[in-house]
Amino acid sequence: MNPSGPLTPQQWEALKRLVEGISPDQILWVSGYLAGFGGARRDLAPSPTLRVEESQPGVTVLYGSQTGNSEKLAQELHSRLVQEGWSVRLEAMGSYKTAQLKRDACLLVIVSTHGEGDPPDNALPFYEFLHSKKAPKLEGLRFSVLALGDTSYEYFCKTGRDFDHRLEELGATRLHARADCDVDYEETAECWIEGILAALARDRAPRIDMPVPAQVQPESAYSKKHPFPATLIENLRLTGRGSTKDVRHIELSLSGSGLRFEPGDSLGVVASNWPERVADLLASLGLDPSSTVPGSSGGEISLEEALLREYEITTLTRPFLEGYAELSGSQELGQLLKEESRGLLRDFQYGREIIDVVRGYPVHGITAGQFIALLRKLPPRLYSIASSYNANPEEVHLTVSVVRYESQGLQRHGVASTFLADRVAEDGQVPVYVDSNPNFRLPPNPEAPIVMVGPGTGVAPFRAFLAEREATGASGRNWLLFGDRNFHSDFLYQVEWLDYRKNGLLNRIDVAFSRDGEEKVYVQHRMLENSRELYGWLEEGAYFYVCGDARRMAPDVHEALVGVVKREGGCSRERAEDYVKELQSSKRYQRDVY
Amino acid sequence: MAVKQTHRRTEEEILKEQSDYLRGTITEGLADVVTGAVSPQDAKLLKFHGTYLQDDRDVRTERLRQKLEPAYSFLIRVRLPGGVCTPRQWLELDELACKYANRSLRITTRQTFQFHGVLKRHLKTAIAGINQALLSTLATCGDVNRNVVCHNNPYLSPLHEELYAWSRSLSEFLLPRTRAYHEIWLDRERITGSPAEEEPLYGRVFLPRKFKIGIALPPSNDIDVFAQDLGFIAIAERTALKGFNVAVGGGMGVTHGDPATYPRLADVIGFCLPDQLLEVAETVIRVQRDSGDRTNRKHARLKYTLDDRGLDWFKAELEARLGWRLEPAQPFEFEDTGDRLGWAQDSRGQWHLTLGIVSGRVADTPGVAWMSGLREIAKIHAGDFRLTANQNLTIGKIDEANRPVIEAVLKQHRIPDPGRWGGLRKNALSCVALPTCGLAMAESERWLPSLLARLEPILKKAKLAKDSITLRVTGCPNGCARPYLGEIGLVGKAPGRYNLYLGAGFNGGRLNTLYREGLSEDEIVATLTPIIMRYARERFEGEHFGDFVIRAGYVAAVSAPRGFHDQTPQPALKPARTG
Repeated sequence: MNPSGPLTPQQWEALKRLVEGISPDQILWVSGYLAGFGGARRDLAPSPTLRVEESQPGVTVLYGSQTGNSEKLAQELHSRLVQEGWSVRLEAMGSYKTAQLKRDACLLVIVSTHGEGDPPDNALPFYEFLHSKKAPKLEGLRFSVLALGDTSYEYFCKTGRDFDHRLEELGATRLHARADCDVDYEETAECWIEGILAALARDRAPRIDMPVPAQVQPESAYSKKHPFPATLIENLRLTGRGSTKDVRHIELSLSGSGLRFEPGDSLGVVASNWPERVADLLASLGLDPSSTVPGSSGGEISLEEALLREYEITTLTRPFLEGYAELSGSQELGQLLKEESRGLLRDFQYGREIIDVVRGYPVHGITAGQFIALLRKLPPRLYSIASSYNANPEEVHLTVSVVRYESQGLQRHGVASTFLADRVAEDGQVPVYVDSNPNFRLPPNPEAPIVMVGPGTGVAPFRAFLAEREATGASGRNWLLFGDRNFHSDFLYQVEWLDYRKNGLLNRIDVAFSRDGEEKVYVQHRMLENSRELYGWLEEGAYFYVCGDARRMAPDVHEALVGVVKREGGCSRERAEDYVKELQSSKRYQRDVY
Repeated sequence: MAVKQTHRRTEEEILKEQSDYLRGTITEGLADVVTGAVSPQDAKLLKFHGTYLQDDRDVRTERLRQKLEPAYSFLIRVRLPGGVCTPRQWLELDELACKYANRSLRITTRQTFQFHGVLKRHLKTAIAGINQALLSTLATCGDVNRNVVCHNNPYLSPLHEELYAWSRSLSEFLLPRTRAYHEIWLDRERITGSPAEEEPLYGRVFLPRKFKIGIALPPSNDIDVFAQDLGFIAIAERTALKGFNVAVGGGMGVTHGDPATYPRLADVIGFCLPDQLLEVAETVIRVQRDSGDRTNRKHARLKYTLDDRGLDWFKAELEARLGWRLEPAQPFEFEDTGDRLGWAQDSRGQWHLTLGIVSGRVADTPGVAWMSGLREIAKIHAGDFRLTANQNLTIGKIDEANRPVIEAVLKQHRIPDPGRWGGLRKNALSCVALPTCGLAMAESERWLPSLLARLEPILKKAKLAKDSITLRVTGCPNGCARPYLGEIGLVGKAPGRYNLYLGAGFNGGRLNTLYREGLSEDEIVATLTPIIMRYARERFEGEHFGDFVIRAGYVAAVSAPRGFHDQTPQPALKPARTG
């Protein structure tokens, strides 16, 4: 950075000469004089430093969030920085003006990664801009990246890594090393935040503390760290006889929790592992269940307890494989972990869990401590809430697809789904917390029409949306697109949609059942078949929501949406894409995909 | 409960009138893919098109809890006058049943096929497919003339041919003329701007209620001619058809606990020549169209019109409209209502094989491959198939040379030789009832096999195994399997509970009488066992079970139609849970 700041070299020299010969007391007086002088002339707040500029280069916290985690962390960082007296701007990538980039002095990026290494929906335009030729040179900018991800995916934290790499490439200086968070992001994120605060403190000028009002939000006593023990009051199978799926409607009592939620929010479910699998694992490892190991949050617990409640024992992550390969010395595993074997590794991970590796590559004499050290914390599972607080304040409803399948000759059970479906007794308790998702919200204007695309269990938040709109008397029109395999058995909440249609709340419902006919039809086909009406709704200001499968459905629906705009708007593909991007940036196209 | 005297037309009457000759909003309802049902109004209109909206009642409450609508499907009933179809048609129906229904065909008590379990999205394709087989479903349900039944006596082939031809003529002649059927199911265009459609016989509101016609040929009363609204009893001299006795006012339907409803046997009112058959039928229908009760559907059949106005009035009205008088009825005698099961050779030397099919259910089961076996026969058979009103099947006109081939196919598919059956099994009928029929109060078709399995050892013990006793089981009192004409009649009242009727005439000439109410299967067996034992000991030579129970005083014979409810039933053996 230019040491002279905004001063001309001549002014800078004059200032240096003045300062060199005066006492500390004189300095204080001069700075007061100059501050008052500046305030009078520029009507600016007094600055603790001598650098007074047109647009003060401060710290920008920029986040890209899909499920709200990045946003929450960004808010946390923002308030900590404010408390430390920094001038901070909090920006979402979706609304961040790229021109601002040149003016920022310090950019702190918090961003998550989804699906096949994709950025969050609302981060995509900024991501693309930064990686394009239009991106400016960023010498003088200091930055740091906090990446959120999930090690069970191949492209772990790819978006964060990309930002980190690209910012450096554009000439920016790393303020603090990037941190990559797994599903249990809290501790890693906290370390990173501490690191940021320390790094900023190291090279900052003296400052005047200003009292900052703490952000006060009325909150329940229950949170992710202290989940509420919700009572299971309903566990019923929504899929009829003959279905290829087992989808449950789960109702939990929140009575006495003080927990509130909005349509679009998720519920974090703190599940425990399948006891049979824990037993399998203990037997395969040849370890004593009662041997003690460190708990994930300190203290000593039994190995069995640790495997049951504290650690993830199914998902086969790369870090686990790396650690395990080292312990086992298996050449085969080592081979798989080589950079050039990415494809092979993916094939290997498919349909396998930790138990398969433990059985397939036994490590003689492995200790409980060694094994536990390879595991990550058992993350809570998030489910989109399927009920409305306003309609049903004492309860929270979930739509849970129960994951059970066989692979490699072993039964596999999804941790949280089978926990809810099989292992919690009626009137049993489920530790839960509300995970807010500000990026999936009903329109602020109750008169705005909405289009909801929610195949499979993706329909869950729309049950909440409709219940909310009914409870609040929102007059906007509602259009639901639902799809699944078979009409007869998989039409989740069919009776409720029919009732809503009959009473006029649901103005339109289109369905696609992929396995009923000779040709597979999906929701995107219904969008295209009804393109004129859909475009009409969008032109009338409709909000477009998508919830469900991120890998295939969401891109197909996105493509169909672009296709609808292209066809009905009579425009080029580029224009159609711009139209859809505009929907995204104006928050009229929101997704909750996983 | 007394008959409601509202004097206001029923909502069905208004619906028919406003339906634009049976169109309603059927097309729109079929296009709504969010539900497997149609609106209640369209469901009523669809009956006229030959299809009923039903649901799988086995899973009704389960699905309701699952937030799924009932497992809706449709019954499709084919129009098949006299029950005759070609092997080619059999194959086409078989294919439709496998593709769009529940892989079974059901032979009804009115000599036709029913498909069950057809989903709404397949309904149009299935009905169009039936039409491609040169059959139809039009007016097989609804307030119109239903499928015309006709005797099926393979011994008398020349007369069968002639009477079958008359059943076809009646069927054609009495069809509704509306084009709605062709527009909705066969994509025929509506001719716009044409004057309102003429429905010369039925008019805008059709008949007050269903109307059933049957032709019998004494001595066989296999079609239960007295259960028909309009029965024709063929009078023949050797193989020459002289004409028909005309019987009017039969009908089975009853409502539990409503004494204003009752089964009634048709009265013979005269004789007409073959050439007068269509004119008589049309005029009887016209009288009923204009005189039947349109304010109460439980009082709308011809039988009530007759009893309200008197038989003399009816005959006078009929003859006045005809412009000529019926001749006096000719003497006739019926022997039985059953089929001649097994192989039979007619006067021309051709063979006919009548197979006994319990409840008329043609399906592949672990025991018998009915569906596959009959399909294989249809592929090689050159004659015809004849469905009987007793839910059996005659493979008609088999050449001598083909007989061993067919016998081999039967054996291969383990299709039973009804010759080995006991007399009760041969003469048992049941309606469909659960799980598909919306009216059923108790099991019927699914229960009959276990009931037979319990009664047959008792008959064997009584040395009555080969004796014919008619058994009619229904899941509700509406009478599809003509339960009030069974020597033993069982009518469902509640799940697992049946009213037991005894004493009908073996030849279909006398109704039975309520003997016990609300019996369980065990109670039925316990009640019937001593009666059967006593029958075995005390019966006269050739005395039928139905006659014996009257002589022995178990029940009194029903005299007048309204006398059906005269006897107060004796209480059940144990207090039974009812309705």
